[in-house]
Amino acid sequence: MSALTFHEVSVRYGAHTVLHEVSLEVPAGRTVGLVGESGCGKSTLARAAVGLAPITSGSILLDGRPVPTRGRRPVQMVFQDPYSSLDPRMTVGESIAEALPGRPSRQDRQSEIARLLTLVHLDPARAADLPGQLSGGQRQRVALARALAARPQVILADEITSALDVSVQGAVLNLIRDMRRDLGLSMLFISHNLAVVRYVADHVAVLHAGRIVEHGPAARVLGDPRHDYTRHLLASAHPLKEHT
Amino acid sequence: MRALRRPVGVTGVVLLALVLFAAAFGPVLWGERATAVDTANLLAGPSAEHWIGTDNLGRDLFARVLVAARLSILLALAATAIAMVLGLLLGAAPMLLGRRLGRLVTASVNVLVAFPGLLLVLFFAVVFGVGARGAALAVGLAGAPAFARLCHTLIAGVSERDYVAAARIAGVGRARMLRRHVLPNIAEPVIVYATMTAGAALLTFAGLSFLGLGVQAPDYDWGKLMQDGLNGIYVHPLAALGPGIAVVLAGLAFNLTGEAFAAGPRRTHVLPPAGPPSPATAPARNSVLSADDLRVTIPGPNGPIHAVRGVSFSVGDGEAVGVVGESGSGKSVTALAVAGLLEPPVRVQAGHLAVAGEDLLAPGAHRRLGTSLAVVFQDPMTSFNPAHRVGPQLAEVSRFHQGLGRRAAFARAVDRLRAVRIGDPERRARQYPFEFSGGMRQRAMIGMGLMGEPRLIVADEPTTALDVTVQRQVLELLADVRRDTGAALLLISHDVSVVTDVCDRVLVMYAGRVVEELPAKDLRALARHPYTRALVAAVPDMETDLDRPLAVIPGLPVDPVDVPAGCAFAPRCPLADDHCRTVAPPLRDGVACHKAGEAP
Ligand SMILES: Nc1ncnc2c1ncn2[C@@H]1O[C@H](COP(=O)(O)OP(=O)(O)O)[C@@H](O)[C@H]1O
Ligand code: SF4
Ligand SMILES: [Mg+2]
Repeated sequence: MSALTFHEVSVRYGAHTVLHEVSLEVPAGRTVGLVGESGCGKSTLARAAVGLAPITSGSILLDGRPVPTRGRRPVQMVFQDPYSSLDPRMTVGESIAEALPGRPSRQDRQSEIARLLTLVHLDPARAADLPGQLSGGQRQRVALARALAARPQVILADEITSALDVSVQGAVLNLIRDMRRDLGLSMLFISHNLAVVRYVADHVAVLHAGRIVEHGPAARVLGDPRHDYTRHLLASAHPLKEHT
Repeated sequence: MRALRRPVGVTGVVLLALVLFAAAFGPVLWGERATAVDTANLLAGPSAEHWIGTDNLGRDLFARVLVAARLSILLALAATAIAMVLGLLLGAAPMLLGRRLGRLVTASVNVLVAFPGLLLVLFFAVVFGVGARGAALAVGLAGAPAFARLCHTLIAGVSERDYVAAARIAGVGRARMLRRHVLPNIAEPVIVYATMTAGAALLTFAGLSFLGLGVQAPDYDWGKLMQDGLNGIYVHPLAALGPGIAVVLAGLAFNLTGEAFAAGPRRTHVLPPAGPPSPATAPARNSVLSADDLRVTIPGPNGPIHAVRGVSFSVGDGEAVGVVGESGSGKSVTALAVAGLLEPPVRVQAGHLAVAGEDLLAPGAHRRLGTSLAVVFQDPMTSFNPAHRVGPQLAEVSRFHQGLGRRAAFARAVDRLRAVRIGDPERRARQYPFEFSGGMRQRAMIGMGLMGEPRLIVADEPTTALDVTVQRQVLELLADVRRDTGAALLLISHDVSVVTDVCDRVLVMYAGRVVEELPAKDLRALARHPYTRALVAAVPDMETDLDRPLAVIPGLPVDPVDVPAGCAFAPRCPLADDHCRTVAPPLRDGVACHKAGEAP
């Protein structure tokens, strides 16, 4: 597994600067949680790492070398909306096969799809299903399997549980933790839900208005926040506690 | 093929089949007749032998009309194909060529679309020269801009989807992206549009040939036949009208077929007759909302959807009641019923359903409720009309329900925006909904509810689309509003922690029923229903044990079309036994479970 490093990355859309010289490292085999309110630039940071957002200055490195932003990316991303992240006209198997490297034989392809589906705790027979036949949580698992199919060094998970029911969210979070343990994946886990980040991340970075305001081991940042904004976030995580 | 169930669709498809049959077999079946010269019958009128007469060589016109179908249809289809291919290429330009070049193409297309189509056709027809080929090119080219614009819009919509981004990251190239992901997902509307375009092209061709710019002798299409027949129009009108009628029928065939498919399947699902009505009951005292045995049934493609299956509850004056449950458990439908927003074909039944003393089962209830009920939904973008400024939209409420004048109503709108803590309310009131952030829109929506004096606020997932800090502000605002106005609150959320923090009492819904009802403060520790316990355990909080996997609820929620007998939770319940699977547990003492409180 590899380390993903953001080095003074800025992203500007027109006159609006979304990210200001953000530096952040996702160490090999670790999960870094990225928290902050919506619109603060979390998704932009992830999208920049796969070439979906143009960086104005700075660099994004994979093990010290610029991360490729064309062709099959060594950094893969899983998106928030399970209803938009799978092509409704392609079967689960076809979606996953598209991300497989090389030109595997039919048989290799099928066994690899089955392996990946098992890995995300889905029945391999699901490969023939269309996304319309799956629930939100099952779709999100397929999206994860597709990302894994590309043999990525790093996975970016952008709010992958926020569109899911709490009953399903737990299953997806358990899966993420299993995969870190079994595959040693490096992961940037983006969420606005602090309890969720706390559960899966080793490190936590807090993004506020396009700048990283605090960064450190999860237990420290969430247990003993140093920046005012982090405290503010933590207080919001228990809505109205002082009210009642 | 559901379009075929509509009379328009059937007419279109039958007509189209006839037209295509004539095009395919016309020359074979009637070709000889159409060329047989009958010198005894030059320019004859209609007769038993020649239904619509003959031409100047005595050839049978009816046969010629049938034979001409092939050329007419082929030319129309060729022109449509040209327009479609060009349109697709131009429409896909931004995707294939990159942003900058693509924008140039799009701008040019927009200019061309603004030109009158007929002008373009005539221009190109002159450029490409007289004749069938030139006319096909002209009609095709002239049709391309409109096609390009349609394709551009459709492609832009598909390109925004995450699966396109995911495919790009997986290394899928542009051409393959177009073929695998984009075209299949825009094919349906494009084909529908092409069908209608073919109908229009047919008319245009007839026009061109009629003007002498299209098909030239000795070939003939319908337009050419019309031109030939024109000379004798006063003596033998049918000679010109016959091919004209053919053009109209064929054009109709294409258009009706296209339209029927464009309109999509019409819902023809109907509910089976209602079961026996629930015995009428009286609303609970001192309650602002009271429902007894509320049932909501929605017609669905696979049979009636039993979204709410007998729910009884009440909300006291000033009380805050939360509703939790997985998606599809009937929370939103309950909210819509309470807000009086469900209309036939959705069926709402209840012993009683009363809000602020108004019987919601009687017609016109929503209007009579006036401003005593305020409703806040998950996505306020869909609740505001995007084309109107926010202030006047709020003012509208007071003008409609309270009869205030324009100015007074607007002043109240500004005041209410201030009350929901929107900074600089005078300026904000003059802005459009899209200029508001998500949290601000949500507050404005609450502000709209406060234009009157609500006794009950129904809020369905009001904070789900918002992030923590904004979510907290909205919840605080709701709390403040309740303190100031004494309004009661029905708060629906799938987020157990939001509900426990804001509400006094919680209803837990599963498969269209309330399975447990308990004080909010007891939700975490004192829940007795296995489902409630599982739901609470599944949510990580800041104290969750990091060394153990999160609890999950196995299996899938119940399909509301096919609710099992007995307890609906049984397939997922660790305590289920045969009794559970056959006998549905009633809600008794606040819980609907045969083994309430038992440890798993
Ligand atoms: N307009 C509708 N047409 C068809 N089915 C609907 C409609 N609205 C809701 N349903 C169905 O009714 C059931 C209950 O839905 P809902 O009240 O939205 O659940 P919740 O709010 O708890 O997520 C679901 O199966 C849903 O698919
Ligand atoms: S009635 Fe039976 S199946 Fe239903 S929740 Fe209770 S124990 Fe479980
Ligand atoms: Mg809902």
